[in-house]
Amino acid sequence: MAPEDRLEIWVSRAGWTLAVVVALAAPLSMNGYHLYQATQVLIYMIALIGLNLLTGYNGQISLGHGAFFAIGGYGAAILSSRFGLPFWAAIPLASSVCFVAGFLFGFPALKLGGLYLALATFALAVAAPQILSYKGFDAWTGGAQGLQIVKLQAPAWTHLDPDQWIFVVALAAAALLVWVALNLVRGRIGRALVAIRDHGLAAETMGVDAALYKTTAFGVSALYAGVAGGLSAFAVGFVSPESFGLALSLAFLVGVVVGGLASVGGAIFGALFIEFVPNYADRLSMQFGESAKALPGAIYGLLLIAIMGIAPAGVAGLARALVRRASRLSL
Amino acid sequence: MVQLLHQLSSGLALGGVYAIMALALVMIYQATQLINFAQGEMAMFSTYLAWKMIDSGVSYWRAFAATVVISFFGGLLIERVVVRPFAKAPVLASVIVFIGLSFIFNALAGYFFGYSVQSFDSPFPGRPLFGVGYISAHELGTIFVSVVVLALVYAFFRFTSVGLAMRAAAQNPVSARLVGVRVGWMLAIGWGLAASIGAVAGMMAAPIVYLDPNMMGGVLLYAFAGAVLGGIDNPWGAAFGGFLVGVAENLMGAYVVGEEVKLSVALAIIVGVLVARPSGLFGRRIVARV
Amino acid sequence: MTTRRTFLKTGAAAATILAAGGLRARAENAPGITATEIKIGQTMPYSGPASAYGVIGKVETAYFKMLNEQGGINGRKLNLISLDDGYSPPKAVEQVRRLVEQEGVAFFFNTLGTPSNAAIRQYLNDAKIPQLFVSTGSSLFADPAHFKWTVGYNPSYVTEAHIFAKHILTTKPGAKIALLYQNDGFGKDYQSGLKAALGANASQIVGEASYETSEPTVDSQVVTLQGSGADVLVIAATPKWAAQAIRKSYDLGWDATRYVSNVSISIATVLKPAGLEKSKGVITGNYGKDVTDPKFKDDAGVAQWKAFCDKYLSGSEFADLNASYGFSAAQTMAQAIKQCGDDLSRDNILAQATNIKDLALPMLLPGITLNTSPTNYNPIRQLQLSRFNGESWELFGALLTD
Repeated sequence: MAPEDRLEIWVSRAGWTLAVVVALAAPLSMNGYHLYQATQVLIYMIALIGLNLLTGYNGQISLGHGAFFAIGGYGAAILSSRFGLPFWAAIPLASSVCFVAGFLFGFPALKLGGLYLALATFALAVAAPQILSYKGFDAWTGGAQGLQIVKLQAPAWTHLDPDQWIFVVALAAAALLVWVALNLVRGRIGRALVAIRDHGLAAETMGVDAALYKTTAFGVSALYAGVAGGLSAFAVGFVSPESFGLALSLAFLVGVVVGGLASVGGAIFGALFIEFVPNYADRLSMQFGESAKALPGAIYGLLLIAIMGIAPAGVAGLARALVRRASRLSL
Repeated sequence: MVQLLHQLSSGLALGGVYAIMALALVMIYQATQLINFAQGEMAMFSTYLAWKMIDSGVSYWRAFAATVVISFFGGLLIERVVVRPFAKAPVLASVIVFIGLSFIFNALAGYFFGYSVQSFDSPFPGRPLFGVGYISAHELGTIFVSVVVLALVYAFFRFTSVGLAMRAAAQNPVSARLVGVRVGWMLAIGWGLAASIGAVAGMMAAPIVYLDPNMMGGVLLYAFAGAVLGGIDNPWGAAFGGFLVGVAENLMGAYVVGEEVKLSVALAIIVGVLVARPSGLFGRRIVARV
Repeated sequence: MTTRRTFLKTGAAAATILAAGGLRARAENAPGITATEIKIGQTMPYSGPASAYGVIGKVETAYFKMLNEQGGINGRKLNLISLDDGYSPPKAVEQVRRLVEQEGVAFFFNTLGTPSNAAIRQYLNDAKIPQLFVSTGSSLFADPAHFKWTVGYNPSYVTEAHIFAKHILTTKPGAKIALLYQNDGFGKDYQSGLKAALGANASQIVGEASYETSEPTVDSQVVTLQGSGADVLVIAATPKWAAQAIRKSYDLGWDATRYVSNVSISIATVLKPAGLEKSKGVITGNYGKDVTDPKFKDDAGVAQWKAFCDKYLSGSEFADLNASYGFSAAQTMAQAIKQCGDDLSRDNILAQATNIKDLALPMLLPGITLNTSPTNYNPIRQLQLSRFNGESWELFGALLTD
């Protein structure tokens, strides 16, 4: 094995170990508010891994994953508050619906490439709030007023408070989904996805059933977004059409690119970015005085451009480049 | 019947705005294969500049001309300073940069000009034409301006040497460079022109949709849809797509499905059309060979 | 670092000690209250689709700054920490948790937006933190039986819809009604309020059209509604779209009586863009003074607002109805705090906020007063029907209460 590959694997393993240690320590050391943020990071991470499978590994650009997130969120909310299902049934059920929705959307997506798929998914993201507040569904969705979800109480034997419990649940879900994703991308399926992305026609002639892989990739990616959405519904305790606007889909795209395309680990950085950088921009803009309440947007925009300048292939891309450089130096 | 005429005329007017924006999108797409998501916010910012000038007493058409010129240089500058460094970067990195730009323009507009709705007068006389007001003067004026812009753009590309050089740079940068075309500057001029066209779109839209920092968001979405529907690599097609979207949106909402699900139906239709004709109605069919 | 668990434990311990003491002791002051400071939390949409309302937070921050310069209230300075939630419920929840658990605010004031307030309501009520004078007219937030800690402020949208319906029934019985409404909680409140008040006459509604805030214009909807043959048009829209609807209905030559929601009646930012001539005859249920209204030129309340604007704001806020709304809300809050005296426990803060009696404010229409009680969580219940005459809002009829 080449030295740079060995170093890369070592760095990757070290990174994941560190992540796990930090994640396990979190519920014990953080207060409710920080735990809430950490839970959001985990939720975004799951959604970003899903989107990355589709966009990074398989080259299908989706600007509409907020819609699948919404289906997962509303699905879990309805199953939980209207039908009384516990979270460990509501979330998987809702995400299965997302899988089907994504898979079905994958069919027309087969015909659409790059830009056109981007438009179609963009339109999906914009239409989602309208569909959610459609009065025909009001009895289930609570319409414009949204749905309240009862706070998750931890089982008594764990001695955890609700914030810690939802974090642990999200962590368990994230761990499982990361493990699945890593296995997917490192195996045959991952190679097929990448082959379809880079040389679609050649891959087909080699016997790869591009249509099946592409639609399944859409479905799986939607499933991940659905799980994230379901978790988010329980973490926030509330869903409404305004929770799932276009800004969310754009944030996912930003997260995937900033984290690094075609990288499962990059999703952690992408999630940290979209969770904390807007707050950071808020704080920075306060330096400009009270009247600059609007400026955080400008600062956020500048930060986006800056980070793309520093790391056009995302944080994961930058890390890979550094590892390559380091392994070459050590020879 | 009267209703239909009204729907058609307001659809055509708004469609004219979409058509102009679609042209701006096509201009940048042809040169760079990228959709500039910040086009709408840039157009909005230009419109605010015009508004500020008119507010300070400058006459409408003078402010219009000044805004078009300022936007041109603004677009040029942005291409050279912000967009150029990412020419070699992955496509999605540029997309993120555009998203960042749109945040910046939106926030700056709110900061400098406030968030309240402002009125922006139409340059066309207020009295409805043809008596009863089937179509307002502004609606007619907007359609007229759209056609004029389309014609100017076509003439520019077809009959001027700069236009020819731009087309060459877009289609085959390497060969173009060999014959002495400054490809880099062609890109910059393309951005400048797109910004100017966008400014015109904004100034035509503002009397209809009113001026506020969030005014172009919806317009950009429909312009994007129109451009893709009509064929993103064909200016005529894109403009036609813009008009089509404007009219169809009105008619569908009024007669077919009602406002509640209009957006979702629009989505379904766009996806449907694209599946049937993946390059858009008038786009060039791309055939990939192994 | 205070977790909610330790906070609740401390509160429980304190209560036990007090109970054991058997004395009718004062409850301890809320977190965020010191001898010299009162920390207040707020979320506002400074960015995103509702950013036009961010000016409210700006005005309230400036107002408290003014009070502080005058010595504060009962010796304490007011520290309003107002954070951006981008009109997104998850973001609102996050910011509220930060304000409670990190900044340690005593209570919340005038948080804006139906979805944001709905999202944070359960959390705040569970933690027994007052959510005072929420900035929305939604009928959801005056529910003392279920959400004791959440107090409303704006006149309810449903109330205004009721008042419109009653006016239509008395002045134009049998009229055909068309409704344009924003497709969210705000617009739907008008829809349900109108239908409820019309009762058996609900069939008089011959056309309904909604719009999304992502749509550039409602011209098409107005054309459709005209086609329904209605002679009354109710416009449940926010400023931008209300202006479009007013203009378009005039341009179409549609001779309908138009009613517009009182969130969209600013002469400067709605009627002027629509066209003053075109806005003639529009009716609304008013409660605040419009400074561009000639009849308030020499009004003392407006003078007070102007002086405040000149000194503490940048100048563009004077004619902005959202801004003068913030002014009135801040004054209401100041009154409640003043009534607390030295007892700034959360219980007492809530008690005083629900104990406002006949409070008149400089920028409210003469005759309108605020009243709250433990069973009435709607401080502003009176509206005055007004008709726009091309220049100003002419008040007519009596002050109406729902």
